[in-house]
Amino acid sequence: MVRRILDWLDHRTGLETAVKEFMLEEIPASSGWPQVFGSMAMFFFLLQAVTGLLLSFNYAPTPGEAYKSLRYIMAEVTGGRIIRGLHHWGASMMIVVVALHMAQVAIWGAYKKPREATWMAGVALLLITLGFGLTGYLLPWDNRAYWGTVVATQIAAKSPGIGDYLTRLLASADGIGVVTFARFYAMHVMLLPAAMAGTILLHVVLVRRHGVTPAPGDTAPKKKFYPGQVFQDTVAIFVGFCILMTLAITVQAPLEKLADPTDISYIPRPEWYFLWLFQMLKLFEGPMEVVGTHIIPGLAVGLLILLPFIDRKKVARLSDRKMAMAVLLLVATGLGGLTTAAIRSTPPSASGMSAELDGAAWQSLEPSELAGLSHFRKQNCMTCHAVGSQGGKLGPDLLQMPRKRSIGELVEFFRNPQQSRPGTNMPPVALASRQLNDLAAFVLKLDAASAEALLETPKVVAEGAVVYQDNRCNMCHVLNGAGKKLGPSLNGVGRKRTRAWLLEHFVNPQKLSPGSTMPPYRLPDRDLASLTDYLMALE
Amino acid sequence: MISSSDTSGLPSRRRFYLAGIYGLWALMGAALAAPAALYLLIPPRRSRKEEWMEVGDIGALAVGQPEEMSFQRVRKDGWKLIAEKTTAWVLRRSESELVAYTPMCTHLGCAYHWDEKNGNFLCPCHMSAFSSDGKVLSGPAPRALDRYLVKIEGTKLFVGGVKPGEQVS
Ligand code: FES
Repeated sequence: MVRRILDWLDHRTGLETAVKEFMLEEIPASSGWPQVFGSMAMFFFLLQAVTGLLLSFNYAPTPGEAYKSLRYIMAEVTGGRIIRGLHHWGASMMIVVVALHMAQVAIWGAYKKPREATWMAGVALLLITLGFGLTGYLLPWDNRAYWGTVVATQIAAKSPGIGDYLTRLLASADGIGVVTFARFYAMHVMLLPAAMAGTILLHVVLVRRHGVTPAPGDTAPKKKFYPGQVFQDTVAIFVGFCILMTLAITVQAPLEKLADPTDISYIPRPEWYFLWLFQMLKLFEGPMEVVGTHIIPGLAVGLLILLPFIDRKKVARLSDRKMAMAVLLLVATGLGGLTTAAIRSTPPSASGMSAELDGAAWQSLEPSELAGLSHFRKQNCMTCHAVGSQGGKLGPDLLQMPRKRSIGELVEFFRNPQQSRPGTNMPPVALASRQLNDLAAFVLKLDAASAEALLETPKVVAEGAVVYQDNRCNMCHVLNGAGKKLGPSLNGVGRKRTRAWLLEHFVNPQKLSPGSTMPPYRLPDRDLASLTDYLMALE
Repeated sequence: MISSSDTSGLPSRRRFYLAGIYGLWALMGAALAAPAALYLLIPPRRSRKEEWMEVGDIGALAVGQPEEMSFQRVRKDGWKLIAEKTTAWVLRRSESELVAYTPMCTHLGCAYHWDEKNGNFLCPCHMSAFSSDGKVLSGPAPRALDRYLVKIEGTKLFVGGVKPGEQVS
């Protein structure tokens, strides 16, 4: 019965004959395990297509919504975490497999005449794959996506000659906006898949036309693709698939905070397969930058495309390809070295997770609490009060207070202790209301675990926080999560700016950041210095 | 499926190859199909519980006289929390008994209204008629009107989840 249906179908469509022809293709007797990577790359591409389609069923391709819908996929949709994991880690898998495939072809010299065009189509496939990675990077619309893409578009904008046009094509003249997003999305789900499909077709047709490269001296009768090689391909695909599944299930694909264009403290890191480029950029500064951003990558791609014309010797046996292997080893070492250097230089807080753990205790305090510490010292609270093992014995130990009070209650108490607690010998604290507020905020922050470390806070930092509070910087800036978002967040400015820059910026903001709405601050030198020290020391 | 004209290898090795190929592909197919099916078919986890929504004051509602009351409903729509206006047909059937019907006809979802003359609910789309206690009197509607769970605090009416009406036998 099945036979009859198949025959009927084959008569009408020739489908079975075509499949047979494809499967029974003759390949050299010498091919085997090293030749599995092409099929693997094909498989992982199709897997990306499937998981991408599944994601798109629950994904809203506009900034903001994109982030929310992705979070919905990860947190609420059943199996959503695995599907996203497969897509996210699948991209990395694809890069690995494509690289292995190219390395195999390069070592075996399979790009040589008459297979130059096959090789060049292959290089195009590599570039398209990288293009997928680059465009897909923006789509989660988290901080990582946003800032990573800012860097990418800025590099594109600096392309000699065509930078302006690229900027227009990417709609990134005024930064990354809704139009940029739409373009990245369109490239990722329309342009690149079509280009990929077409180029794969070309690549496969060419492979079939010239046949798999036989090892030199392989004169044995040819064998069939099916089932021997198909079996080996299947096993290789299966191994890759198992690795990917394990990754998708055990390692959650990252989704950071919603993209925040004002968060200038964010240090963008590209995906691991672009880290070598990222690291190389550090070697070239100023006018030489273009060497790192364009010339070297451009040369690399050019060399890759022209490889069959550079190495024109006849196909040789593996043992005679020492030179090719040496070059490959050199390239691999270079890429590996740069990547390792980049990974090792990653500050631990770049993940955004461990910020509280590094650095001094005061780093986690809000400016008000830190200013409170300064008042706490100036008012000599510890002449009477103990904080754990330090301080006086007249008043109660501040770590042993019977119950947590609210800031309001404490302020009342500071202002007029006798009224709140008749009979106490605590004198009123002579500070303005806002300062009392800060003092209360700090006192409430004291606990056994951190008190000692907090009391070690450098004086200048705490005084800087007082200046920060006095000038109400929090009306426009966020710092450690407190304050309004009119201006940029101040965490980590020290990594972006120099001390001199900040000092000058206070005096004349518009000169250094044109278009800024920040008013100039002419503070006494001492205040300016401590405020700047505080900001520079902030993580 | 592919003919045995292939001569590579011994029959036993060939059998091993075939088992490997079909076995591994079947395994991978299943490992992919399972999460994909869950992803597409299982409703998403809800982080929000069904809540009571305030409909309004029913102090002035006369017995036997249904009234369409509108209220705000907050609902999870995919990844969004939306507030939308919706209505309920509220009917005080006696001093102590009150029902609230969802505003959609159980046939194909048209909005029905109260037909004063005949004292029943009438859907203009395909002429389904429902009695004041929600039962289907005539027309194609497959089940009685759906009801909201109701709760009364003082003179305020709250509605909760929806209880589907009884199927017409
Ligand atoms: S929708 Fe009400 S009768 Fe058809």
